[in-house]
This record gives sequence, C-alpha cells and structure tokens, in this order.
Amino acid sequence: MLEIQNVTKVFFPGTVNEKVALENINLHVEKGDVVCVIGSNGSGKSTLFNMIAGTFPVTNGKIIVDGKDVTNAPEYKRAFYIGRIFQDPTKGTSANMSIEDNMNLACTKGMKGLKFGLTSERRKEFRRLLEPIGLQDRMADNVGLLSGGQRQALTLLMTTLSKPSLMLLDEHTAALDPRNAEIVMDLTKKYIEDGKLTAMMVTHNMQFAIDYGNRLIMMDEGHIILDIKGDEKKRLTVQSLVDKFREIRKKDFTSDEGLLTE
Amino acid sequence: MIEGILVEGLIFAIMALGILISYRILDMADLTCDGSVATGAAVATMCIVNGLGITMGLILSFLVGVLCGLVTATIHNKLKLPVLLAGILTMTMLYSVNLRILGNKANVSLVRVDTLYRLFPEWFSFVPSDVASLIGTLIFVIAVTVLMDLFFRSDMGMAIGAMGGNEQVIISQGMNPATLKLIGLGLSNGLIALSGGLLAQYQGFADANLGQGMVVQGLAAVMIGEFLFSSNKISLITLRCILGGIIYKGLMFLGRKYGYLIGITPNDFKLLTGILVIISLTIAKTRTMASDKAARKKAIENAMRKEETNA
Repeated sequence: MLEIQNVTKVFFPGTVNEKVALENINLHVEKGDVVCVIGSNGSGKSTLFNMIAGTFPVTNGKIIVDGKDVTNAPEYKRAFYIGRIFQDPTKGTSANMSIEDNMNLACTKGMKGLKFGLTSERRKEFRRLLEPIGLQDRMADNVGLLSGGQRQALTLLMTTLSKPSLMLLDEHTAALDPRNAEIVMDLTKKYIEDGKLTAMMVTHNMQFAIDYGNRLIMMDEGHIILDIKGDEKKRLTVQSLVDKFREIRKKDFTSDEGLLTE
Repeated sequence: MIEGILVEGLIFAIMALGILISYRILDMADLTCDGSVATGAAVATMCIVNGLGITMGLILSFLVGVLCGLVTATIHNKLKLPVLLAGILTMTMLYSVNLRILGNKANVSLVRVDTLYRLFPEWFSFVPSDVASLIGTLIFVIAVTVLMDLFFRSDMGMAIGAMGGNEQVIISQGMNPATLKLIGLGLSNGLIALSGGLLAQYQGFADANLGQGMVVQGLAAVMIGEFLFSSNKISLITLRCILGGIIYKGLMFLGRKYGYLIGITPNDFKLLTGILVIISLTIAKTRTMASDKAARKKAIENAMRKEETNA
C-alpha cells in the first residue's frame, strides 16, 4: 500500500538555518491499516505527511503508493491516490460555492470536462450521503456559512467520495471543540470502516491514538521511535505509552551522557 | 439616445464579464485587459478593413484575446510572478503589438466597409436604426452570457470557480491549478477582446489607446452590479454584472451631459471612475460594519432583557 524507503528531508540545506526534519525514515503500511501518528511539535509528523502528499519534494528516498513510485510526482497527481484532510477546516472546501457544487467537484478526481455532472440523480445521492451529518436540507447553501465542525465533516465526506487508496488525516479535529471533535472522529471511524480505507492520522490526543486504529507510531526529532501494532496496540494505555516514551528518552539521554564523559 | 447608452452599456458589459471572471471568479487581479481590449478592437478592425468579414473578425479577436490571457497565465505559472505583474507585462507588450496590428498607426477607421452596426439597421429594418442596433447587440450579449453561464455550470467551470475560493481544493481533487488558470484567464481576455471588437465597430474606428483605464471601468461595473442584489447563482451574477455595465455607462452619460454644470469635463472621467470604485468599496465595507453593529446591538438588548428577567 504505502512504502516509505529511506526518506530524508532537509530544510534550507547549506545555510545556517539547515534543519534535518526527517532522517532516514522507513515505513510500510499495509492495506486496511489505520495508523495513528503521535509526537511533540517539531517531531516531523507534518513533514512526513507533506512528503507523502507531495507538498514539498523529498531530499532523498522513495515513496511508493499502491505499487507506483510517486516520489517525483506533483501534489495534484498524487491526489489521485491520496486524500488529505488538514487541521484547518477551511482548506478542504471552497467557501464561495454551495455544498452540492463542492461535492460534485469531489466525485471524480482529475481534470473536469464540459459535462454537467450535477444531475438530479447525483443530488439525490448527495442528499442520502449528507443525512448522517445533518446537512441534507442545506445543499444549495454556500459552504462559507457552515461551522468549522460541519465543514470538516463535509470535507471528510468529500474525501471519501472518490475512495482514495490512502487517507491522510492531519490533526483534522484539532481546530474543533471537544463535542464536534468527537462527532468528526466518529464519522472518520465510520467512513474508514465502511469504505475499508487505509489511513494515517496525526493526533495530539493520546487517548484517540490508543482508541482508534490498529497501529501506533511515535515520532521524535525526525525519527520513528516507536511502532506498536497488533495485540500490543490493543493492550496499550496512556500510562504505558508515556512510560515507553520516558524509557526511550532516558536511554538516549544516558547514551548522550556517556558520550560526553568519555 | 437612451438606445445609444444601452448599446454602449451592453458592449461594455461583455468586457465587464471578462473582468468578472478574472477578479471575482478566479480572484486574480489581471491587468491584461487594458491591452487585450485594444487588441480585440485592432484585430476586428483590420479583418474587416482587409475584407475578411465581420464574423471572421470577431472570431479572430476572441481567439487573439484568449492568446493574450494565455501569455499572462503562462508568465504567472512558469515564473511564479504575481498575476498583477504578469498582467502589467503583457499589457505593456500588447501596446506595441496593437500598433503593429494597426499597421503602425495610432488609429484606423472603419469607413466604407460593412460593420455590424451598419448591418443591424438592415436586418431589423422594421424598427428605427437605433433600436435595430440595440436589438442586435442585445441578442449578441444574451448569446455570450448564456454560453458563459453554461460553461460555469459545467464541471470544468465549477472547478475554476472553486479554485478562486480555495486553490488547495483543486489540488486535492487531482487537478492542476495552472491549467485552470490558463483556461480562466484565456476565457476572460477572450471576452474582453470580443468586447473590443464590437466597440471598434460601434464607434467606427480602432485606437491603440482604447484600453487605457478599462480595468478600473470594468471593475466599477462589476461593483455597481454587486450592489443590485446578492446571489451565488452564476446566471444572476452575470446578469447583475451586465446591469452594472449599463448603469455605469448611464452614469458616464449623465456626467457628459450635465457635468458642465458643475465644471466636470470628460477629462475628469478617469478620476471619477476611480473615486466611484473607492466609494463602492467603502459602501460595501460600511454595509458589513453596519450589519455587525446591528447584530451587536441586538445581542446587547437580548442580554439585558435576560438580566432583567433574572433580576
């Protein structure tokens, strides 16, 4: 499904601001996996997502989605396989267009022709799909009138319409209040299960990361320091996660210390 | 006389539709217009003068206009230049190109040849010639507007509209924004040049300086239109744009006719148009501020009422 081989990303190479954001990352995600990615700010989660989605080119390494090498493909071409949802609810929809127009746009990927795609059949289908998020009676309203939670739910629905091979959820509930975050999270779970999608999700909420998905990755300083899957993931608690993190950090610390004293 | 204003307004409205595409639908400040409207006029005039015919003249002026838009969009896409600067570059280059098209003359007049505005009175000979011109122009504008409405209701047109609101959406849906910008700016300048082609036939000559200040005038028409009514339906948006164009020309007519009473001459029109745009923007702003204020007042009243009932 997703194969990341030796991916390194260096920002501002050769300048005083040079920063290694990702260092030799290797990751293999199976079809149907739901991977939660956690880590502190600046640990490289967002950079990793940007590399997969193609926002910036990689410095070195290979990215393969669905058996196709997309390392050098521009972002809009990768969008055929990858559906991405951002933290900012305004990024996934066009505010000055109606809900149905936005959904019509998301029905098929790629360049649009001169057809009139928005038929009454499609409208009916949209109505059915919009019912779970309670927007079925506002299809002709501009998206700009919706709340952040509603917009994010709509974005989620639009992204799943085209059945992407891989969903990238970039802290997509972080800008919402706890109640809306929960609604959007439940919808996420439902859409992923219904569509049997493969997903990667960045979150700062450890409880979310433990409750959802079948695999958990922790990143720190541009490395994947923890990769928990299967039964081990099921038994995971917040406390054991924190303990594991401390353990790894301490190990690093002692080895650093050792280096200094020798 | 009123027919004259309407014809002028309708021809001008086609250009305003072009401006509507670039400024409102694409949200790109494209200044190519100042050049491409004169290019359209020059191409149509030279075609007619050299016997290629009116139809060919208008088709070619549209296509050359599209080409102007493509140049601007390509400069913007490839060199990552702001579209404002790309437009200024194209506009400046077009000035020389326009003089070349006109055979190195500043203006060429359409004498002793058939133009649309000589043919309209023949086609609609059952009405006075002024009305005939109006009918002809109206049919032309309706045809253009209907085609434009249909285009922006197609999937591709919707994608262009969505890009104006949010470029990331287009990328996420697997479309290249650069291609959509090419199409959008091409169409916008095609319409603008087409309007120039009509204008040359209406006034009977093409002028290399025709385009000066056209962007601002078109923008004024778009903004006047937006005062009329608000809508998110493309057919109503184009309609109000056309009405805005006619009203703008009407205002200019009043300025010409009665302006002398307060000492205004046609030399002042560019200044006045600029002020009109600024006033429109100010009114639009105060309008939202006023509704915000009203909302706040209502909220305070509600809060006080609640406190009273609690107390």
